[in-house]
Amino acid sequence: MTVQATENVSTSYSQPSDRRGGFYTAKRFGTPLLVIAALGGLLLFLYSRGEPDKIEAFALNWDYMLAKIDEHIRISLFSAIVVALIAIPMGIVISRSKSRIVSAVVLGLANVGQATPAVGVIILLALTFGIGWATAVAALVIYGLLPVLRNTITGIAQIDPNITEAARGMGMRPLQVLFKIELPLAVPVILAGFRTALVFSVGVATIATFINAGGLGEVIVVGLKLTRPAVLLTGAIVVSCIALLLDWLAGLAEDALRPKGV
Amino acid sequence: MANKTGATIELLNVSKVYPNQPEPAVENFTMTINPGELVMLVGPSGCGKTTTMKMINRIIEPSSGSIKIDGQDILTLDQNQLRRNIGYVIQQIGLFPHMTIAENVAVVPTLLGWSKDKIRARVAEMLELVELDPSVFSNRYPKQLSGGQQQRVGVARALSADPPVMLMDEPFGATDPITRERLQAEFQQLQANIGKTIVFVTHDFEEAIKLGDRIAVLSKRSKIEQFDTPANILANPASEYVASFIGEGAALKRLALMRVDSAVESGNATGPAISRDENLRVALDSVVLNAGRPVPVVGGGRVSIESISAALGIDVSRLGQ
Ligand SMILES: Nc1ncnc2c1ncn2[C@@H]1O[C@H](COP(=O)(O)OP(=O)(O)O)[C@@H](O)[C@H]1O
Ligand SMILES: [Mg+2]
Repeated sequence: MTVQATENVSTSYSQPSDRRGGFYTAKRFGTPLLVIAALGGLLLFLYSRGEPDKIEAFALNWDYMLAKIDEHIRISLFSAIVVALIAIPMGIVISRSKSRIVSAVVLGLANVGQATPAVGVIILLALTFGIGWATAVAALVIYGLLPVLRNTITGIAQIDPNITEAARGMGMRPLQVLFKIELPLAVPVILAGFRTALVFSVGVATIATFINAGGLGEVIVVGLKLTRPAVLLTGAIVVSCIALLLDWLAGLAEDALRPKGV
Repeated sequence: MANKTGATIELLNVSKVYPNQPEPAVENFTMTINPGELVMLVGPSGCGKTTTMKMINRIIEPSSGSIKIDGQDILTLDQNQLRRNIGYVIQQIGLFPHMTIAENVAVVPTLLGWSKDKIRARVAEMLELVELDPSVFSNRYPKQLSGGQQQRVGVARALSADPPVMLMDEPFGATDPITRERLQAEFQQLQANIGKTIVFVTHDFEEAIKLGDRIAVLSKRSKIEQFDTPANILANPASEYVASFIGEGAALKRLALMRVDSAVESGNATGPAISRDENLRVALDSVVLNAGRPVPVVGGGRVSIESISAALGIDVSRLGQ
């Protein structure tokens, strides 16, 4: 039932990585190499240009950049964790409910959250709750909820019903069925959703700068406003590298946490 | 319910109406199953076999009627406690893919809180019982096993806490014919040793004859058309419906259930001797191979077309082509 409801609302969900595929192997080694190449190229480019002007020097120094990177990763990770803490239990509760309507409504709302442009979400929230870090986190959470929610529901719904019936038939209580059978089997799909949410989170966090929540968005905005392409480029490349690296790390975690035998 | 030799199961006027269904799937089903008895529920697809069986461990809740195991009304028991005392084997096997074979077999003992040592010993014992070498299979995962091996694990898992009652829903239905024969033969041997009370669902009448102590032939809404031993059903089908379900070759099937003992006549014969413990189907084959002449029986006497016909009550000279 939930499967159908899930399909009615949105047909695609983030797929778990395929351990065996050649694509996966390439990605496992390719991602860190790509990141190193991009950052190395960026540094070469910046040093080869000679002395930065005053504005560039404001942004393009290690202390400032490291502080912004730190802010950015913190807000992204924190939001992604809040997303997981909300969306996974919510997905579990929804997949318990026999009614398709519940799951359709919740997924619909989450869809709206995600389909709304991120800037819109952030500005709406800022107008309501004021600017600042907490508001930015709230926006990121609203934005990242859908993939984790959808994948939790899909991950549980895709389990062969004969497996859960066998578990019940052996006298497992409902919570035992959930924790010993359903969640372990749904882990790869749930983590795939979490990865998607994490990458969204890094991207959307660049917009947090508009409501004073810091992050690498600030670097990008400085570059744009004061027409310093080098600064803009630096901000953009570093954000992309963070997204790639977090996705890569989450992929490794996904592999490590995937139950054996599945 | 904790005894080891099997329990009595009594179903009284049990009905099941699924929500939004015009007709009941099971209607007024009444049956008493004796301790240690293997009862086969056989009937066409959709007649309500599975529904009837699953009400015994409350995977499906009855709409009305009562079910007792050793005199205890199961609706008054905690359903999880109940299920831990009923072995459960389904056609789709339902092994837990993320658990090793040993972990799968250990599920119910673990739920019952057995000690680690006791569980380990029990798992090895169960795997040996179903002819899987524990040192080879314990640490494998289900997907590394063939279908037949997986089904054996399913049986081992259901037996691991030594439940007095077993429910089996077409357990060998998904395996190929050769594997199925083997599993059936092994299972027959197993049941001879463990003597559980077993409710076994199948749509395969041959399987029902081969394994059942008694067979319930069911029609729509799980109506019992006949409930008797395989031999009696084959000899005296209660209705057209049962007769058509038995199908062709009923006499031959019956022969396979009778021992040479029952057809020995005095007299001499030449040819290869046959054991008294063989079944009459084999005896008839021997006679036919002996150009229709009687064959000697080990320990004295002989069997002939006439003596086999007399034992069966049907002229067998026209059978067996
Ligand atoms: N969960 C269910 N909801 C509604 N009808 C069902 C359900 N399960 C089985 N039925 C119906 O009940 C009847 C008996 O089904 P079942 O017990 O599975 O038969 P069998 O095992 O003999 O093939 C069938 O008509 C089937 O369609
Ligand atoms: Mg069935």
